[in-house]
Amino acid sequence: MSRPAGRLTLILLLAPLLLWLTLLIVIPHAAMLFVSLRERVGVGEYAFGLGNYLTFLAEPLYWNTFVRTAWMSVLATALTLLIGFPVAWHIAKIARGRARQALFLACLAPFWASELVRTYGWMILLRESGVFSAVLQWAGLAEGPVEMLYNDVAIMVGLVYTSMLFMVVPLVTTLDSLDDSLIEAAYDLGASGWTILREIVIPHARPGIASGCIVVFMMSLGNYLTPILLGGKSSLWFTGLIYDQFITRFNWEQGAAFGFLLLGLSSAIVWAGLRLSGQSLRSAMARP
Amino acid sequence: MTDTPDLEAVRLTRRFQDFTAVDEVSFAAPPGSFFSILGPSGCGKTTLLRMIAGFLEPSSGALRIKGRDMVGVPPNRRPVAMVFQHLALFPMMDVGRNVGFGLRQRRVPSAEIERRVADALERVGLPGFERRRVDQLSGGQKQRVAIARAMVIEPALLLLDEPLGALDLKLREHMKVELKRLQETFGATFVYITHDQSEALVMSDQVAVMNRGRFEQIGPPQELYYNPRTAFVAGFVGDANRLRGKVLRREGDAVEVADPAGPPLRAAAASAGLAPGDEAELFVRPEAIRVSRQAEDVAGMDNVFACEVRDILFNGANSRINARVAGSAREFDVAAPQTGEFADLRRGERIHIGWNAAAARAFAAEPAEPGKAQAEEGAA
Repeated sequence: MSRPAGRLTLILLLAPLLLWLTLLIVIPHAAMLFVSLRERVGVGEYAFGLGNYLTFLAEPLYWNTFVRTAWMSVLATALTLLIGFPVAWHIAKIARGRARQALFLACLAPFWASELVRTYGWMILLRESGVFSAVLQWAGLAEGPVEMLYNDVAIMVGLVYTSMLFMVVPLVTTLDSLDDSLIEAAYDLGASGWTILREIVIPHARPGIASGCIVVFMMSLGNYLTPILLGGKSSLWFTGLIYDQFITRFNWEQGAAFGFLLLGLSSAIVWAGLRLSGQSLRSAMARP
Repeated sequence: MTDTPDLEAVRLTRRFQDFTAVDEVSFAAPPGSFFSILGPSGCGKTTLLRMIAGFLEPSSGALRIKGRDMVGVPPNRRPVAMVFQHLALFPMMDVGRNVGFGLRQRRVPSAEIERRVADALERVGLPGFERRRVDQLSGGQKQRVAIARAMVIEPALLLLDEPLGALDLKLREHMKVELKRLQETFGATFVYITHDQSEALVMSDQVAVMNRGRFEQIGPPQELYYNPRTAFVAGFVGDANRLRGKVLRREGDAVEVADPAGPPLRAAAASAGLAPGDEAELFVRPEAIRVSRQAEDVAGMDNVFACEVRDILFNGANSRINARVAGSAREFDVAAPQTGEFADLRRGERIHIGWNAAAARAFAAEPAEPGKAQAEEGAA
């Protein structure tokens, strides 16, 4: 009696998770994979093949856009880490009580607004008739209006800004768990601040750094709004190409192939990054 | 012993806002000595240690290590090494890299590091442990690795911040002896901080008893135990029966104190100005009281009482008899002699206790109850 009841309970408890996995992840991906392997040979005529993937390799624009997107995302991740680490250090080790909460809140506050609003905020600051341009002209540093939008720097600024919280949170968690007496012991034994950072703090924070970097890299790579709005038409972001295929050209087959290429190549880059830093995905995810 | 002390503090003071944690403390630890600072929690001993290590700067006063002024010198430039309360071994390194850490910072050639690390591990009784991970070690082994890590850089001074606190009782007893032996092997000056009087008494050459930011008394353990100079030391070092009362009479070095709960008691006056009418605090150690079933065994002593056994607190060699003086409410804790004579002692039995005036000490009572003042300090 209790055995079948127990099994039923298990099935019922697992049902939401299984539904989630099959309906939202497995089925759409399987369908997408199927679509991507379908070549359009004529109107309403399809053949099975790798043609959509070969198009990606044959057309330098697609290929270069992908490399550029990956490279910019790696750079954005590195910049976010460089800026986020001191911020996380301050929150975890220096700020106490109220100041600590306030700082955490300050990191979180931008996320109350939608990404679209945040990005338009940057446009107000950076555009030709925007705040920065006006200040520069007022200060006499610029002759006429300065356009700061629609370039790679603007994209980078937007990406770093959008990702900051996702780097700071895992870093604060790992740095919090670092025992202060380890730092004091190293200092006491003659280590300089730089050595303590290299030999004690970074090895301890490695899982936090890895998980923060993975999240930020994936978010930058898959970001659509920020590069399109801040980079303009020439932003050349890979997600933009996918959008074009699906929406503008109505070429679902090609779009699906691009989607799978993005998934595969981003996974490969994360794997390479983990291998280079001597981490496993498990250790990086165990302590988020 | 005539050369400059390894550690010297002159009127060292540290204030936190309106609270003085360390108040004009002066002392000197001679080279190669085991110097303990003993005090209850919150007495300022950790603040003092952190000033010696360099993690805190003194508000005023001087601090010299081997005659060199240390004020303003950061911890990584001081010739001291510290063993932390929870040891603070680096979990990201193996034992060998932990012990070699200080030498690497000093740019010692790697072949020499290897040799000195092996030598230090040998001396703490862990030869060949270089490749072990820190989490594979037992509590006592971690302790010894922490000491090796600190000693390998040959500091003038080794600071130990209650390092035995986290160990279980058996291991703690063992490590007490071990630490004393290690101090003799290395020949360095150890400055040891503890709230456990037995740790301080067993290991130290000199003990400073600290209370409310000040040193109450500095001396060898025997002196603190047999000849406490203040009521706090008498109460904190060793066990004691303590009571308060007015001084009735003074005859030379002896005083008679009225006990509100029982008959008057005679004791040695430990405070110079103690005069009739003063409030006095009196201490008698349980082991200083002689106990017998026959009245004639204790006859002739300065304090003699017939008592009823109220309780027997059996604790092996540290067993106590709780005896109430007949016809009063006064109770004394008396050490139970371990000769077997009292093995059959029962509750309610009659016994006779006695001690000479010289075995008890009377101090001028402090205005406030010390226990209460400490509790307030802890809350602040």
